[in-house]
Formats: sequence, structure tokens, C-alpha cells
Amino acid sequence: MRLGLVVDLDKCVGCNACAIACKQWNTSGTSGSLTDYRPYGADPSGVFFNRIRHYETGNYPDSKTVHFPMSCMHCEEAACVTVCPTGASYKREEDGIVLVDPEKCMGCNYCAWACPYGARELDREEGIMKKCTLCVDRIYDENLPKEERKPACVMTCPTTARYFGDFDDPNSDVSIASSKRDGQELFPELGYKPVNQYLSPRKKVEIKQHEISEPDLVRKVKDWVNKVVEL
Amino acid sequence: MHPAFSVIFFTVTSGAGYGLISLLSLLNFLNLGMLLDKNTFFITAGVAIALFTMGLISSTFHLANPKNAWRAFMRFRTSWLAREGLLAIIFYPLIILYLFLIYIDFQIDQYFFMQAYSFFIFLVSIIIIHCTGMIYACLKTIPQWNTFWTPINYITIGIFLGSLILFFIFYLNGVDVDPYKYYLLSAIVLSFFTKMSYYFSIKKHTHNIRQATNAAIKLKSTNVRLLDVGHTGGTFLTDEFGYKVAEKKLLRVKLFSIFFGFLAPFALIYTHIFLFESIIICFIAICFAFLGMVAERWLFFAQAKHVVNLYHGAQNV
Ligand code: SF4
Ligand code: SF4
Repeated sequence: MRLGLVVDLDKCVGCNACAIACKQWNTSGTSGSLTDYRPYGADPSGVFFNRIRHYETGNYPDSKTVHFPMSCMHCEEAACVTVCPTGASYKREEDGIVLVDPEKCMGCNYCAWACPYGARELDREEGIMKKCTLCVDRIYDENLPKEERKPACVMTCPTTARYFGDFDDPNSDVSIASSKRDGQELFPELGYKPVNQYLSPRKKVEIKQHEISEPDLVRKVKDWVNKVVEL
Repeated sequence: MHPAFSVIFFTVTSGAGYGLISLLSLLNFLNLGMLLDKNTFFITAGVAIALFTMGLISSTFHLANPKNAWRAFMRFRTSWLAREGLLAIIFYPLIILYLFLIYIDFQIDQYFFMQAYSFFIFLVSIIIIHCTGMIYACLKTIPQWNTFWTPINYITIGIFLGSLILFFIFYLNGVDVDPYKYYLLSAIVLSFFTKMSYYFSIKKHTHNIRQATNAAIKLKSTNVRLLDVGHTGGTFLTDEFGYKVAEKKLLRVKLFSIFFGFLAPFALIYTHIFLFESIIICFIAICFAFLGMVAERWLFFAQAKHVVNLYHGAQNV
């Protein structure tokens, strides 16, 4: 299995609901807590697994805002795992989920250095590296109804911009979405082979600009005559 | 990258320590160790061990969860950090046995075994410095480190600092340093040229925001700007990777490190050898070299730009 997410950038409205649902679920999940520092102070900060960035591209009339959620891509060539000296970071054989074992992590930050996507954040209070678990404590939970065995972010997204599933299964939501819309991986140059994919925004209908062209000579003469007559 | 002092201290001192011990064992291998009295030999070895031990201890200071530090050797099959740690630990029994054999006069010139052992110690200490360099050089996410010059710099600088200390201790103990003078000057020159090659080979910009966000911005790939980074305050990532230093300051530190790290020690040692012999000059040369190398290491971090900055608003890294 190759579990992962597909995010449709055409649908995402940048509401941050997935980031909040993620934080809410995971802070009491297996990788919890997601510590907040000075939450009511002047400079609050804290651990998140999912951050939504907002980009602007082009110039009017071809401009566009793109909302861009980023969490761990559960890369196939996960350098965060190979560089980890303690063996705390590992990639599961069975489904490809990349996890941190809090019992083994020594908080050296080396894995965060190796991750190009900013998916790992050190919990400074616990001294342990934290990252997206793909809600491993949800997706296999047989106590949940079948349709709820999905990551919290996917469950909560109000525009259904997020898909979850197995990329090795050609009939999964993610495989279908990805093949239909030519799913893209992020920063392929680095060779991490991220599993998560993005559906790029579709081409917009062009907005016509109605330009007023320079008046010709006859028009100019007529205008001039009109002006003189009016005087 | 944020330059953590403990890491700077670790790389400089452990590099110098392993550089020093590698030279000492090399001397034995080349049968030059006989020229030394035991006293000098053990003082030198002691200084080397003290240096890399201090380095190793300080390297644990930046761990957020040091109680798991003993696990740091587990993943030696893939992780350069684990390899470095593992070798550094294995090195202790190796070097203690080595020194013990020398102490009980296990004659090095008579036994092929001791010569092989000396070469082995030499090799392992160089490999340890190489591992330290590779910790940084293996990261594709930091283009300024991801070059073969990085481990070469670590090795040549380690040997350069080691040679300086070796020369100093030998001189202090009345060993005839004449045979080593050209060697020492060339060690300085070599580390200088490898460092300069590093500076010339690294590029200021290797990746841009469009590569990083290719999926989002496939439509009109010109003119991509970050509007909102997705966090209201600073995060672990902005602290760790968002370290920005003005170009002017970088240049100043670079000049400082070149002057104090290479030029001044060269000039001082040259003076000492050819013009005016003085132990004080040698000592000042060592102080300058260490000062220069701390600056060099600081620069190594401050100059390095992690690609995650492309998701935090940088147009290029
Ligand atoms: S996104 Fe980062 S943390 Fe996740 S698997 Fe890839 S390299 Fe590792
Ligand atoms: S911070 Fe923890 S998980 Fe990351 S590399 Fe270090 S020991 Fe491994």
C-alpha cells in the first residue's frame, strides 16, 4: 500500500479547517500533544502538522490566488528517515506512512533539516520531533464507521478538496483524482518522490480587456467640429 | 541555517582533535615516532583526546531529549550522524589500546603489527572527520552544503589545526621541529585552497519559488508570490531555518575568518620558522587559527539556505 493524500488546489479555499481539525485530533492522538507555547501571550507559537500557505500568481487579469495546504508527503525516498541516527523516524513497510517513535527520538532536529517540505516540527517542551501521522490512529480504527476511517483533515474539509487513499490501488479516490487531473508531486527536482499529490488549478477563462483604441482622423475632426459648435 | 554555538564548537574541536591524533599515528606509521620521547607523545595524544572529547560532549548540548542520546548509533547503515557517533565511540577503546601498547614498549619498528595499527588509527580518525563533514554534505535540502568540498574542508581544516598544535607541543618539548616546517606551511596552504574552492563553487541561488510550488502555479508560471505563510507567529521552522544575515556582515565574517584562520597563522608560523623563533608567536598562531575557524564554521551555517525558505516567502535559495 502507498497511502497518501491528494489536494485539489482548485477547490481549496484556504479556510484552515483541516489544520485545526488536525491539531484537535492529533493533540490527543498517538503523537500528542501538539504543544502550544504562550498561547495567550504576545508571541504565540506551537506545533502544527499541517500549514496552509497562500500564493498569488500572475498579474491582472490573469492573476490568481492559490491556497496551498502542506503536510508530510510520506515520501518514498524519505531522507528524514535515512538520516535519523536513532532509528526513531521510520517508514512503515505495509502502508508507507512515515512516523516518529517518541520513545527513541533524541530531538537532534536532523530529520527536520533533511525534509524539504517543512513537515517536521520539534516539540520544544517534550523534546521530540512531531509530524503528520496520516491519522494512523483513525484510519485503522474499527470502532469508527467505515466512512470515517480517514484522516481528520480529509473528514473535515468543507469543500472536499482533500482525498485520501492508496495510490497503489488504481480504483482508490486518490488514484482516480490524480489520473483524471494529472496530479503533481511537489519539488520533484529533489528526488524525494513525495506520495501526496496536488491537482493544479485549471486554466481560467480568459477575461477580455476592452481597450479603447486611438480615434482615427475623421473621428478627431468630427469631435473638433462638435466642440466648436457647442461653444 | 541557525548557527548553534554547541555545534560550531563541536565541529572545530573534534576536527582538531582527530586531525592531531591522525598526524601522531601517521608519524608512527612512517617510523618517525621514534624521534619522540614518550612524554611528548603522550602529551600530544592527551591533548587530542581532550579536544575530541570536549567536542563530542558539546555536540549533545543541542539535543532536545539528551536522555536518548545513547541511541544515536543505531542507524549507522544509512545515517552519517550515526556513523560519526558510532566511530567516535569505537575509537576510544582503539586509541586506549594503542597508547597502552606504546606505553609498554611494544616496539613499533620491530613489529609489523604496530605499524598496521598506526595506519589504522590514522585512517579511522580521518574517516571520523569525513563523517562529520558528510552529516552536512548529504543534505539535498541545503544546496550550499551539498557538495564534496564540505567533507574535504572538514578534513583539511582538522589536519591544519592538528598540525599547528602538534608543532606547538613538539617545539615546547624540545623536539627538533625542523623536518616539519614545510609540512606545516603546506597544511595551512592546502586548507586555505580547499576552503576557497568551496567558496567559489557554492552558488548563492540554486532553487526558486516556482520549482518549489510547481503544482500550484502550473498555470502562469511567471511571477509567483507568497501572500500568507500560514502561521501567525514564528515556528520551529522559522527559528531553525529562517536565519538571515545581511550580505555585508557575511562578507565581513568571511574576510575575518580568512585573515585570522589562514593568513595570520601562515604569516606567524613563517615568521617563527624563518625570521624570529618564539613560542609566543606559535601560541598566538594557534589562537588566531581557532578564532578564524570558529568564524568559518559560523559562516558555514549562516550562509546555508534551506529550501523550506521557499515556502516561507523566499524567492530563491
Ligand atoms: S515530507 Fe518531509 S517529513 Fe514527510 S516523508 Fe517527506 S521528507 Fe520526511
Ligand atoms: S529529531 Fe528524533 S526523529 Fe529526528 S533525526 Fe533526531 S532522533 Fe531522529
